[in-house]
Amino acid sequence: MRKKTNPWPYILVAPALITVALVVFTPVVNAILMSFQNYDLRRPSARGFVGLKNYLEAIADPLFIQALGKTIVWVGVGVGFQFVFGFILAILLNRKFVGRGIVRSISLIPWVTPGVLIGLMWRWIYDGSYGVLNDLLMKLGIIDTMIPFLARQETAFPAVILTIIWQGIPFFALMILAGLQGIPDELYDAADVDGANGFQKLFRITIPSLKNVIFVTTLLRIIWVANSVDVIYNLTEGGPAYATQTLSVYVFNKGNSLNLGYAATMSIFLTLLLSSVAVVYLRNIFRNQEGK
Amino acid sequence: MNRRPNSRRNSSPGASFLSFVLLAAMLAFLLFPFYWTFVTSIKPNSELYGQTVTYWPKAPSFDSYRKLFLDYNFLKPMLNSLIVAASTTLISLTVSLLAAYSFSRYRFKGRKLLMTLFLTNNMFPTVLLLIPLYAIMRRMGILYTPMALILSYTTFTIPFSIWLLNGYLSDLPQSLEEAAMVDGANRAQAFLKIILPMMMPSIIATGAYVFMTSWNEYTFGVMFTNEANRTIPVALKNLIGQLGVEWGMLTAGGIITIIPVCIMFFFAQKRLIEGLTAGAVKG
Repeated sequence: MRKKTNPWPYILVAPALITVALVVFTPVVNAILMSFQNYDLRRPSARGFVGLKNYLEAIADPLFIQALGKTIVWVGVGVGFQFVFGFILAILLNRKFVGRGIVRSISLIPWVTPGVLIGLMWRWIYDGSYGVLNDLLMKLGIIDTMIPFLARQETAFPAVILTIIWQGIPFFALMILAGLQGIPDELYDAADVDGANGFQKLFRITIPSLKNVIFVTTLLRIIWVANSVDVIYNLTEGGPAYATQTLSVYVFNKGNSLNLGYAATMSIFLTLLLSSVAVVYLRNIFRNQEGK
Repeated sequence: MNRRPNSRRNSSPGASFLSFVLLAAMLAFLLFPFYWTFVTSIKPNSELYGQTVTYWPKAPSFDSYRKLFLDYNFLKPMLNSLIVAASTTLISLTVSLLAAYSFSRYRFKGRKLLMTLFLTNNMFPTVLLLIPLYAIMRRMGILYTPMALILSYTTFTIPFSIWLLNGYLSDLPQSLEEAAMVDGANRAQAFLKIILPMMMPSIIATGAYVFMTSWNEYTFGVMFTNEANRTIPVALKNLIGQLGVEWGMLTAGGIITIIPVCIMFFFAQKRLIEGLTAGAVKG
């Protein structure tokens, strides 16, 4: 008798799959189709398939190239510092002190704060007339005139990056802290016996043990930060003069200006870029699962 | 969280002091924006736009809050958000739990492919989905109803929920259910009687995550709602449009937005952290 395929695993996955198919895959297919079309809601009569026109246009679009560069800096510097400060915070929170539990949960609040609110809070902090950052820097004698941080070309991008760093530190700290707590004390005890110093312990025990956590968390953050629109949008809307326009913000702005075909094309570039990150991530997950 | 009997020993008093200073600086950086938002919300206008910046109001006033609730009916969007977030949590948890069970307990053809599909789901830029979805929602007749948001948020939280629950389920020894099944229980009974109770902490954690995500989301909220059912981030953003630079009321709106999230987070944080980190740490 032929062994029948068990239908249950498929039945159990079906509800999730149907929802995802409807809300994600249908629109994605739609967007791919849109990327090959001249699809501008301001000129509906001109709609039609144009082959690779949008793609060629993107490659030649200086704003697209600039946005691509901005995205790399945004993700690289943003996630990089999130990791460094998250790591330091995790190590500090792993020490024993009174009120550690409360401090630990309070320090996570930026991570659960809605993007709109993050934009609002930081816009007020960066404000050029009544902003507290200006006041603090003046009191410290670092600057002598008020700087409208978000309105200036040179300061706007660092300012939005500082905001995303602020937002992302807690998540890194959270994951690394969990990793730290999984390292057996015996390893450190053995190192103490061997006379290792703090740095040796950090680089020989702590960091190698955290390899997997750091890897997974970094990849997740790269995807989230690259895709994030709401923080930049609520701070600067991509300005001044495109100084803070990352690829996802550019797509959002193009979508708002109703040039859907071109917006779709650029979002496909972004998706391809992130797919390479995702492939590395998925490989790692499956390797670990099979290793079990 | 398994408490370690002795966390990293604090070797010298110098190192202790240094780490205390570092921690204080770090916390100041992370928490100052919230403090500043709150202080702004209780400042009278005269002080808000005065010559000098004050770090604590000389005459604190809750006028902004009163105005916000009386003149702008801030309770309504809170209620809308609550309905959307609670329904999303319920649906997303149910659907994800079934899928996670399937992934962790069965080895079947197409398993890898399906898991990949779910994981890649969140990589697509929101803006890519937004416009096609708008058309789909309209065709389904659910545009401008809470259902449009519930459906979207359910989808966006499914991958992460599956990931969390799958990690947790994979850690539960299968022998427990197998023993129950040998004793005559069927799979469903084994799941309900054995797995579900043991999974509770992780389910609560995942639920809190889904709730907060839905409560906070803005981009879809602004596209798929109208005046009657707009959610709280949308109301907050609209307020920015309406009030311009009335920072007192804007910051009051901000504080009101974050309070429910904070309460939720503090109740669920311990379990949420366990659930979140289990997958990555044991990976």
